[in-house]
Amino acid sequence: MVRPLQTQMTHVRRGVLDGFIAPLLVLNALLAYSFLYLPIAVLVLFSFSASRYASIWGGFSLEWYAKLFHNPDIAQALLNSLLIAAATTLIATVLGTLAAVGLERLPDRRRASHYDAALTLPILMPDIVQGIALLLFFVLVFNALEYVLDWRPTLGRTTVIMAHAAFAISYVAVVVRARLSGMDKRLEEAAMDLGANEWQVFQRITLPLIWPGVLSGGLLAFTLSLDEFVITFFTSGPGATTLPIQVWSMVKRGVTPEINALSTLMLLASIALVTLSVVLQRRR
Amino acid sequence: MVLWCLIPPAVWLGLFAFLPLGIIIVISLTERGSPLMWQFTLSSYVRLADPLLLTIVARSLWMACATTALCLVIGYPLAYFIVQQRAPVRTWLYFLTLLPLWANSLVLTYAWMVLLRVDGMADQGARLVGWLGTHESLNWLYTPGAVIVSMVYWYLPFMAYPIYGSLEKFDWRLFEAAQDLGATRVAAFFKVLLPLTWPGVLAGSLLVFIPAVGNFVVPQFLGGAKAALIGNVIQERFLSQPQDWPLGSALALVVMLVISLAIWAYFKFARAGDAVG
Repeated sequence: MVRPLQTQMTHVRRGVLDGFIAPLLVLNALLAYSFLYLPIAVLVLFSFSASRYASIWGGFSLEWYAKLFHNPDIAQALLNSLLIAAATTLIATVLGTLAAVGLERLPDRRRASHYDAALTLPILMPDIVQGIALLLFFVLVFNALEYVLDWRPTLGRTTVIMAHAAFAISYVAVVVRARLSGMDKRLEEAAMDLGANEWQVFQRITLPLIWPGVLSGGLLAFTLSLDEFVITFFTSGPGATTLPIQVWSMVKRGVTPEINALSTLMLLASIALVTLSVVLQRRR
Repeated sequence: MVLWCLIPPAVWLGLFAFLPLGIIIVISLTERGSPLMWQFTLSSYVRLADPLLLTIVARSLWMACATTALCLVIGYPLAYFIVQQRAPVRTWLYFLTLLPLWANSLVLTYAWMVLLRVDGMADQGARLVGWLGTHESLNWLYTPGAVIVSMVYWYLPFMAYPIYGSLEKFDWRLFEAAQDLGATRVAAFFKVLLPLTWPGVLAGSLLVFIPAVGNFVVPQFLGGAKAALIGNVIQERFLSQPQDWPLGSALALVVMLVISLAIWAYFKFARAGDAVG
């Protein structure tokens, strides 16, 4: 029964698959992938249909895309989404990286674990709770400002950015910390020994080494902000409609192939962002 | 230096995550006003005991549990299947499983609306195979079933991801050792593989259950009146007439309580799993 390790491993891997379970596993995988991709395929297919009904094929046409490009609401929503995502990315990447670097260097482990737990809260808190909590917060702050300064701000892009950055920071910190934990600490120590101060070490050694992590954290923040719906729903006023909010209000008015076209473009954008992040992570 | 790093993010999170959470607690203790009234009372918690609301809370819980269970039943064998494949295929299948995570959730829900609506693809397919007559419909849209199917769709990658992670780390020689020692394949699965991949199962369940409890997009699009969930009620109490912010806040705290219990159970059972492993 003694075999070289390599063949043993492949034998075991294949050995678990045979018997009556194998066909069931294949069937489950087939059903699962059709389940995951059939709805998307149908959605994309009917965005190219000439029919007005989102579920009846009426021949190939690009008219819904043309309609989409001439819709000023969509252009405005896209602009809002991009502005909010860009600002969120900037804030969350800087603050999330700072949190990760600070946590790694905090000598008091107990305090570090408290800080860490606090950092996890926005990831674990359901979006609807975050949404209404922020709505209440902004309304109370606005009431106070109106009372004190006789000036009442309104919900808009700024409030959405504040809300998005609040959860994106945590995600960036997780990604950057993963990168930091794989870093060789001796490089920083060597720089210190050679006379660099803390800031120089951070700028010349730490930051370049964790840069791929910072980039993929930033990309994650950008994607999360672009896709975020529930928190935006509660913290954006009528003037800060983002693409997901636009989809929401279009669906409320009824299913149309125009929504299929918009959805298809949003799916393409998501796929492009994921591919970019995979490529970034592959690069060492 | 360390403080300069830690303080700015802490201030941001304090202002925009912790303070708002505290405000929910305070508002849940105030009198119902239009929309706010600074008078403290427990009346919103008394209003929580409304049988209609309790039905909705119970429905949210069982739907989240059903979603988690279905994701597990599909996700575990799926992850198992992927791990068995050779290198390039495995990476691709893994990528394909996670890709929907990045698609916009509204878009994913909308896709099911298109599929399930009257005369939609599901109806057309059923007519094609002869399940339905030409003018009959499955009438799946606006049922609890439609909500569960769409939530399973939405959260399946969340379940498959950590399970795949724990299966990939599993040393398959242990499985063979169990069989060499006389265990049947089923016994080896339950006594060796499942306990050692238990952390992945628990993490996946938590990742599905937490967002499923508060989901309000899916029931809004696919649920109709008979499948309203706690998220819908919270949203309505805040944004639709008649507003009731204290009750909405109290309901949000109920969601937080349920989730805290789930996280507590996770840590408790994760440790129990460690003991077995």
